[in-house]
Amino acid sequence: MSTATGKNFFEAASGWKSWLFTLDHKRIGLMYLAAVCIAFGLGGLFALLLRLELLTPTQLLFSAKQYNQLFTLHGAVMVFLFIIPSIPASLGNFFLPIQLGAKDVAFPRLNLASFHIYIFGALFCLYSIFAGAIDTGWTFYTPYSTQSDTSVISMTLGAFILGFSSILTGVNFIATIHKMRPKGMTWFRLPLFLWAMYATSVIQVLATPVLGITLFLMILEVSLGIGIFDPALGGDPVLFQHFFWFYSHPAVYIMILPAMGIMSELVTTFCRKNIFGYSFVAYSSIAIAIISFLVWGHHLFVSGQSEYATMLFSLLTFLVAIPSAIKVFNWLVTMYKGSISFDTPFLYFLSFMFLFSIGGLTGVFLGTLSIDVHLHDTYFVVAHFHYVMMGGTVMAFLGGLHYWWPKMVGKMYSEFWGRISCLLVFIGFNSVFFVQFIMGSKGMPRRYYNYLDQFQPLHAFSTFGTWILGLGFIIMAVYLLKSLKSGEKAPDNPWGGLTLEWKTTSPPPLENFETVPEITHDPYDYEKAGL
Amino acid sequence: MTAETQSLVSKGTFLLPESASTLSSNVDSLFYFLFWGSVVIFVGMLLVGIWFAYKYKRTPQNQEASEQMIHNTALEVSWTVIPLIIVMIIFAWGYKDYLRLTVVPPYAKEIRVTGKKWLWEFEYAKEGVKLLNEIVVPVNTPVRLVMTSEDVIHSFFVPNFRIKRDVLPNRYTRIWFEATEVGDYQVFCTEYCGDGHSNMLATLKVVSESEYTEWLAAGNSNDDLPLDELGKKLYTSKACNTCHSTDGSSMTGPTWKGLYNSNRTMADGSTAKADDNYLRESIVNPAAKIVAGYPPVMPTYAGLLSDREIAGLIEFIKGVK
Repeated sequence: MSTATGKNFFEAASGWKSWLFTLDHKRIGLMYLAAVCIAFGLGGLFALLLRLELLTPTQLLFSAKQYNQLFTLHGAVMVFLFIIPSIPASLGNFFLPIQLGAKDVAFPRLNLASFHIYIFGALFCLYSIFAGAIDTGWTFYTPYSTQSDTSVISMTLGAFILGFSSILTGVNFIATIHKMRPKGMTWFRLPLFLWAMYATSVIQVLATPVLGITLFLMILEVSLGIGIFDPALGGDPVLFQHFFWFYSHPAVYIMILPAMGIMSELVTTFCRKNIFGYSFVAYSSIAIAIISFLVWGHHLFVSGQSEYATMLFSLLTFLVAIPSAIKVFNWLVTMYKGSISFDTPFLYFLSFMFLFSIGGLTGVFLGTLSIDVHLHDTYFVVAHFHYVMMGGTVMAFLGGLHYWWPKMVGKMYSEFWGRISCLLVFIGFNSVFFVQFIMGSKGMPRRYYNYLDQFQPLHAFSTFGTWILGLGFIIMAVYLLKSLKSGEKAPDNPWGGLTLEWKTTSPPPLENFETVPEITHDPYDYEKAGL
Repeated sequence: MTAETQSLVSKGTFLLPESASTLSSNVDSLFYFLFWGSVVIFVGMLLVGIWFAYKYKRTPQNQEASEQMIHNTALEVSWTVIPLIIVMIIFAWGYKDYLRLTVVPPYAKEIRVTGKKWLWEFEYAKEGVKLLNEIVVPVNTPVRLVMTSEDVIHSFFVPNFRIKRDVLPNRYTRIWFEATEVGDYQVFCTEYCGDGHSNMLATLKVVSESEYTEWLAAGNSNDDLPLDELGKKLYTSKACNTCHSTDGSSMTGPTWKGLYNSNRTMADGSTAKADDNYLRESIVNPAAKIVAGYPPVMPTYAGLLSDREIAGLIEFIKGVK
């Protein structure tokens, strides 16, 4: 297939300005992709260093303060610079308009502004690393954070600014899905990735302002001494936790919903099957988005909130587990009677299924009140969080990256190294985090610089795992970058996918399609598509 | 870091530390119910996944899905409703036990707890006893802790009792337990509170009723110990070791190695000799002279140490060379 001009979006313009000031959602998506990958590398480096320190029960390389700075920077960089924008801003930006059948997002200039704001906010965060790195933990709990002598203001200001980038992306996607659907693209013909992106965007728009307000109040308290959260000034530190988690709990669904969207795309394409229970999967995204606003108090089970509130939050937490479970069951059954191909993206699908199930089941432990009292703030929580966020979101992100890489850059990567690297990531990840469940239920508290000698074997095992994990990612970086230069030219539809991005060239032309596609059937209808 | 208590990993089951309170066995039952339930669900899904992956892998004969099953209302409703019922049972069970953890028996013995960077202070209001990083309680007696913090948020965690509660400034939180086994148990701080967070440990000693009475009668005195041995004991029991090393390494505070009679340079540029009076002042009024390069974070020990105990610490410091 060739376009009228015969040019793809890379060839449409050249020079650094054609990237930095582009209005093309594909270029913005790729710049975001580069940025979040750099952030992931940086956050990963912090993780390697802090795990290295934990190889021994006492000081190995860093002082207590440096260790505290490392885990704070790991968390803050991974959450605010990597995982929140990871899928929506990079793959979402690139594929949302194309899967919809549109030429671009509804507001291309707003899209560019969102990217510029992201870079501006990221610079604040990076500045804070050099100007007395913050040591409060990524949760910035008061009154510790308002008393810390580290660069709390620049990091929180960075997160505050990044929030605007997130809101603008959300607004843009909502408008695009509402207004830019071509003829025949009804709501129930939307690919499930778009349903997930829609639900994510709603949370981004509604929850992020609360984080902005919270961090702004905190900055006011630190700089002007207004008593809001600090009890010494008449404030209430638990109020900060309520505000913070009112954003940050929905935010974990900002992180996981897009990943779930990718999962639906992967399972249908690599099984050549229509999704099982389209409407259940689509509606469960919306259900998650709504209930996610009502469960923040489960982060405060031992903080002294009222027993009555605690009971309600536990109940609601169990309710939010149901739609996630429904999705996992639907994906599993979609494999039934399919034609399953084990290409790299599908290996990431399987990794997600394995790891996210463990993450979800251990979440049930933490939602249970009496059990949470024991497990709260131990390594069990650290392991659970990483199984959901890394085992879930990052696996799906990598699956999506490998699935759409040929479409984005027009080159194939090495399938052999893709599988090796996926295997190393899977083994490394489990080595790092599975033992942390055991440490946690045995009583090992999180954020500990020194620890009791008895925990050393498990800690050492976990640290060794980070090296396997790191190796997997290094291999991935090498073969993906190498494919840009010497990869085989990608066909338009290497996997036999049915959604619209596979009906245009690899890479797509500037306006995505030569002719506006006509949508006559469901997105995964392999019978009507006649493939 | 070697702790006196060894019960966290070496005793107990593979997944949980030894259970030692009236409430912990209930918590453990639910924990194992969840654990084995999760194992069954997970292995079940895994087997189904492996079966599908094996049976329906793409082969020259299986290039297309053999059947496009897109819907099965009975299946979908059942895997919505059954998990819902299961989690509601778990919720109710967890809440019931949570209430038992929360509602303190009215006759419980009360001990006040103060958390501060980075030590735990325990005060027995009726008995007039004050302890640092060590709490002694009788076995088979309900004990209520009324806790507050002097600075940031801390959290009081006893893994063997399955209890945890945040300790907040400007507010009291409560926690209670009834120990069922005599022994030493580890207390952790589990809310991140800064550089000394992981050293903010305490030992919870559960003793028999008669030992407890004896201990109270003895007034917790160490009158029979020689001064330097008393100092050595206080070095850990009063949490000096959280911030001061004896091997020359620099922690939150200056090391004690070679400290005695050395010349010290203060943050304001002045100098002083670390003689007996200097050390005494540094213990009871730490803010008076701050050694250059160290943060002014040490809490005052005025009222927490007797004159003999201060003398013991000074004698101990003298001996660290």
